[in-house]
Amino acid sequence: MTSHLQGAASPGQPRRLSTEQRESDHSWSSYVYAIGRAGTDLDAIAPRLTGLRDGRVRTVAADGLAALVSSVPAGAFSAEGMKAQLENLTELEQIARTHHTVVEAAHTGATVLPMRLATVYLDDARVRAMLRERGAEFDALLSRLEGHAELGVKVYADPRAAAADPPPAAEGPDRAAPPVSPGRAYLQQRRAQRQTQRDAYRAAGALADEVRGRATGLARDRVTHRPQQGELAAGAGENIANEAYLVPVDRLREFHRALAGLADGLPGVRIEVTGPWAPYSFATPPAESRSA
Amino acid sequence: MSDSLAARMGPSAGPSPYGRQGSSANLADILERVLDKGVVIAGDIQINLLDIELLTIKLRLLVASVDKAKEMGIDWWEHDPSLSSRARPPQQVPTGHPVKTDRGSDPLAEENRQLRAELAELRAAIGSPRSADGHPTDHEEEQ
Repeated sequence: MTSHLQGAASPGQPRRLSTEQRESDHSWSSYVYAIGRAGTDLDAIAPRLTGLRDGRVRTVAADGLAALVSSVPAGAFSAEGMKAQLENLTELEQIARTHHTVVEAAHTGATVLPMRLATVYLDDARVRAMLRERGAEFDALLSRLEGHAELGVKVYADPRAAAADPPPAAEGPDRAAPPVSPGRAYLQQRRAQRQTQRDAYRAAGALADEVRGRATGLARDRVTHRPQQGELAAGAGENIANEAYLVPVDRLREFHRALAGLADGLPGVRIEVTGPWAPYSFATPPAESRSA
Repeated sequence: MSDSLAARMGPSAGPSPYGRQGSSANLADILERVLDKGVVIAGDIQINLLDIELLTIKLRLLVASVDKAKEMGIDWWEHDPSLSSRARPPQQVPTGHPVKTDRGSDPLAEENRQLRAELAELRAAIGSPRSADGHPTDHEEEQ
């Protein structure tokens, strides 16, 4: 079931069903990417977007709200089907990037609430029912996020970079010292390594505090993510602080300026600012969210 | 909205920040958001079951456990006995840093033991006949 749908969609001639065909067919489910207000630019943006499995993105509206939706094969997006897909990193990446691309495109032109990955309804009628049921909550969130974007800020400690670029006047004696035994030389080297490491971590910790202080002053809200340390963590060095800030769009420039150059002159310490993102990290309902 | 968000983005975001994000943003950054953030609403498909799976994937792929974070966290050196004051070159002792020597036994002895073990491994790797235990200068170095 899954495979023949996939197979039909992949080669030269993509299988593109009309919206009507997909909607009325029970072998299709409705995948929700984001929710915004009805009657905004979302209606204009949606038809230009391609969703999962090449599905056209459309808006499904109820009670003044609109969900960005595309039809997905019901089998592949059943609980079992999705589990199988998400266990595969290649498929997970494809789904995540597609989901993200649709959310980002919507975010460029309208205020949206990004949905968690894999929010799937049996059909559009069920999406409308959900919009009616949670309308007040979504409305409040949309008002809160209007005119804001999310910026990610990560601070890295990279002792190896620090070792490659030692601060002046450090470790001077080693050069001038008379030849030493292998054991002694090894211990001296270990000691220098540990010193460099400790300095890099301490500098990164202090920098993270300063970044937090400056960024918080320009942001409406802040969320702390866990440091990225798994196999996908791409940055050189160790991520020691990973935070997201909800920043008014007219302050994004100022935010970048406030953090620019903070890591200059600190060997082995690096700041990475990502975004602007759709406000993923701030889209949780106020009841569950952090107090401002 | 007359002026789009894209037109008001910061300088480092470039002319087309969203296109860039969508196509080439770091996968870890994307997964962090789409798996862990965003509005959680109950879909018709059993999302609660999926949550468990997502969590598993998330932990495996990109986020360390709390224990791992503690182990590798920002203050690990505070509790590392091998980084006591005597192990540091004197001119680089940062002022005001509390020296932790509350680990009971002599931290230098512990470090000495670790270093001897590493030394032995290194020597074995390069084929040196001397064993670390028989080398007196290592001990002198630490005292």
